[in-house]
Order: sequence, then C-alpha cells, then structure tokens
Amino acid sequence: MMIKQLSIFLENKKGRLAQVTATLAKNKINIRALSLADSADFGVLRLIVNDPDRGAACLKKNGMVVQITDVIAVEISDKPGGLSSVLKLFDREAINLEYMYAFIEKIKDKAIVIFKIEQPTKAIKFLKKEGMPLVRSSVLKEL
Amino acid sequence: MIWDNQNETMKRADLITLQAERLGNLVSRLYKRVSFYREKMEKAGIRPDQVRHISDLKDLPFTTKEELRTVYPFGLLAVDKDDIVEIHTSSGTTGIPVVDAYTAGDINIWGETMARCLTMAGANKSDIIQNAYGYGLFTGGMGVHYGARKIGAMVIPISGGNTKRQLAIMRDFKPTILTCTPSYSLYIAESGREDGMDFSKAGLKAGVFGAEPWSDSMRKDIQRKLHIKAFDIYGLTEIIGPGVANECAEHDGLHVFEDHFYPEIIDPKTGKVLPDGEKGELVITTLTKEGTPLLRYRTRDITWLNHEPCSCGRTHVRMHRLLGRTDDMLIIRGVNVFPSQIEEILLKIEEVEPHYQLVVERSGQLDELEVQVEMNEKLFSDEIKDLENMEKKISSQLYGVLNIHARVKLVEPRTISRSEGKAKRIIDNRPR
Repeated sequence: MMIKQLSIFLENKKGRLAQVTATLAKNKINIRALSLADSADFGVLRLIVNDPDRGAACLKKNGMVVQITDVIAVEISDKPGGLSSVLKLFDREAINLEYMYAFIEKIKDKAIVIFKIEQPTKAIKFLKKEGMPLVRSSVLKEL
Repeated sequence: MIWDNQNETMKRADLITLQAERLGNLVSRLYKRVSFYREKMEKAGIRPDQVRHISDLKDLPFTTKEELRTVYPFGLLAVDKDDIVEIHTSSGTTGIPVVDAYTAGDINIWGETMARCLTMAGANKSDIIQNAYGYGLFTGGMGVHYGARKIGAMVIPISGGNTKRQLAIMRDFKPTILTCTPSYSLYIAESGREDGMDFSKAGLKAGVFGAEPWSDSMRKDIQRKLHIKAFDIYGLTEIIGPGVANECAEHDGLHVFEDHFYPEIIDPKTGKVLPDGEKGELVITTLTKEGTPLLRYRTRDITWLNHEPCSCGRTHVRMHRLLGRTDDMLIIRGVNVFPSQIEEILLKIEEVEPHYQLVVERSGQLDELEVQVEMNEKLFSDEIKDLENMEKKISSQLYGVLNIHARVKLVEPRTISRSEGKAKRIIDNRPR
C-alpha cells in the first residue's frame, strides 16, 4: 500500500527546479503531484511520478541527490470536511504526520492526499479498518 | 624495507657531525659564489669560517620566497650555468615563479631521496607505479620518476588529469602504487566508483600523496575507498621538489632526510627557533645542494618536530603532517583558523564527504565564515528539519574546536570545483 515518492535535494538558486523538470521531461516521466519544502538555502522537492524507479535513476545520472521515500496516498471526497475526516482519525490514533500535500483528480469528484507518516504500517491498518480508500501505485500510474 | 640503510639509520652523533661538515661547506660555497648570500652574511656580520657547528645555524640569515623572486631567474646559481642540467619552477600563480636549477649531482640526490620515500611506501623493483603527479615544470612528476628509476620499478608517466584514462590504465596495467595529490586520489576513487570499478580488486596496495596539506581523516577515507595504504610525502620546489620527507610504515610523522635537508621550526613572528613539539614555521637548509642551495629557507608550512627514536629504525627526525601554511591560515575575528582543522572536524561526521569549501566575507566590521558542504545520499533526508539539524550539528562541532560561529551551508553535489591538482578550499572575499 506504500507509494514511492521521489525526494530531491535542491539548492536555492536560479534554474535548479527547471533542471529537474527538464530531465524528467526528456525521459518522458510524468509528474502526478508535487510539493516543495524549503529553508533559506535549500529546498526538498517531493514528487509523485508515473515511474519512480526510472525517474530516480535519470535524476541521479544527472548528478542529483535523490531518495525514494515511502508515503501513503488516501482518496478523500473533494468537498468541505473531506480532509478533516482523515486528520481526525490520525489525531485519535496518535499518528504523527511528518508532512502532507494534496491534489485533485481530474475525472472523479475526489482528491488524493499524500501523507508521510512516522508509523506507516499502523496507519495503513486502521485506515483500512475505517474504510478509507487507499490509493495503489498502479492507480497513480494511470491517472 | 629501508632504501639507504647507511644514511637513514646513521647514529645521531655521526649525523650531527656530517651535518656540521656539510653546513660549513655550504656556507663557504654561498659566500664565494652567490652575491645575494655574501651581501646578506656581510650585513649580518658573519664570516663563513665562523660557522663550525650545527648550532651556529641559528645565527645565519633566513631566506624568504619574496627574496627568491627578486633574483629571478638565475640570481641564486652557485655553479656555472653550464653545469645545470634541468630546471623546475613553481607555478607562479601567486607572483613571479621561483626557480630550482639542478646539477647532475642534484638530480642524483633527488632520485635517492625519492627512492627512500617510495621504499617507505613498500615499493621495490617489482612494483608498477602510476605516477599521476604533473610532469613538466612542476617538480612532482619528475621527482617520483627519478625515484622509481633508482629503485628499478616500472613507472607509468601518465601525469595529472584525464581521469578516464587514469582509470583505464589502472584496469589494464594493474599498477600497485599510485602517486598524486590526496584530493586527486579521492577524485579518481569517486570517478572509478561511478564507472563501476571495484578498487578492492584493482591491485593497488599503496599511495604516496602530497603537495597539499591533508588530514588523518582524509587518509582513512582514501584508504577505505581505494583499498590501499596511504603515505604522506613532503617537499617543495624551492628545496628540491617532493622527497624532502616521507612517512614510514608507522604513520607517525614524516622522516626528514636531514643528511641533505636540515629542518628547524621557528616562531613565524619572532624568528626564534622552537623546541620539539612546538608548532611553528618549518625552515630548511639544503646541506648538499649544488645548483641553487638555500640557507634557512622559510617554507611557510606549519608543523612541529619530533626527535624521539622511531620504531622503524630510521634515525632521522620526524615532522608532524602539515598543519597548514602561514599563508593559508585564515584570521577570522582574530582567531587563527587552518582549513585542515575544519577538514578534520567535517570528516569525523560519518555522512560527510571530503568536498567542502570555506567562504569568508565581511559584513560590516565582522568576518563571516561560511562552510559549504556537499550533499550526498548518506547525508540526505527528505525532511527539512533533519537537514537543518545536520547544519546545526556541523556548526556546533566547528564551534567546539575553533571557538567561532561558522554558517554551514549544504550545497548540491559536484558544485564545489574538483581540481585535478591542488584543491581550492578557500574563497576569501574580504576587502584588502
């Protein structure tokens, strides 16, 4: 149920993000979702792509520091209270979020939220129990 | 193995007699043949026949790099120009180059002292030496070459640079010894790894690295990555090139070949000679050199001496590995900082690779030191807080040793320039 996310180290300087996207474009890797966290000097770009292994390899080949990180993806309804219902569950179960970001699906009336969680197996277990739809990586590939 | 048992293990008393004899001879040669030195001695009120003991050396005048530049190119020749068979010069990147002019006798001594160095690293007739020091006016390439010829080892004179070719030669000819700068050896290791080369099977057993200061942690890193024993060699163009001193297998200081090169440590400010164990500037007198002999040459290298007997059997004094240079010492907010200290701290942190750069700026009246450290996969975390904690950890360890606050900046891999010769570690942007 884990999704592979690419995490890339970027210095805060001109043209760095463009180089990542150009490399992915050249290798025909499609970006599904992204989030960028930054400090004054550097940033960490987190990407969900259609082919994470190949994506990581082509970025590394271009001299970038890339890590594959396991995250989970949950499908929620794209309406007020959608995200709140999942976060309430996390709170109840004392699950710590390290970070999260979301994107909206094009066809269905749904949104997908990506979570990086301290205790992922525990989270997966009870999300299933609560009937929260987890998104498989094969689904993300085809979106 | 010891290359020259007679001279390298000579009794201290005999060595001191030999040095005194050679010093007397040197001073009279300089007085007679080099007007630069005659004038200096006259000014200091010294006559050559007054110099009889090695203890008389402390009263003789120093020679500085600036002075060597004033007599460029041939002002220090102590023999006829006809007797010079080869010249080398420093790069001249910091001004007029300094010249070393060798007689056939000088070249012979150079080969002998280099043979001593290579033998310390375990080289013998059956070894294959990949010599990646630059050939040309730089002394590194030819110095190792002459030493290898003395031993009868096979030398591959590949010179510096062209790393792809270095790796191909390594694969095809299976050299057992690598000679180059320590930073270039790591560059070779890094490129080799990217090429899928397995150094544990490459057949290399030792490396003789020098021409820039490096730390003990860097040695460990080189040894681990290249699967070799790494030996530190010391030398400088003005004296002869490499082959002034080298580490024996004990790795506890470099034996200075003091039957040819007499070392002293002085306080760089007062010029006073310092005792064993005290850190200061290394000063060398070339006891036997014929072409361009030097009296009390101030090397600007910082180290200390140790006359304790060494368990390898050699009696020659040991100098500690270089601690830095009087001219690359940074004074930041009044604190003396040597890049080698910073390197030592960085390399103790497991995840950090030896690719760093120091940037000094002045903001208002205050000096700011920024230490740039290259990101790598071991160091990386996809959480900002982990990365910020790493910066803080490095910064607090630097503070613990240097007592100044340094800003640590993580930078992308391969953004700090890799030199194929000496690494450029310092960018000093302060107005002068």
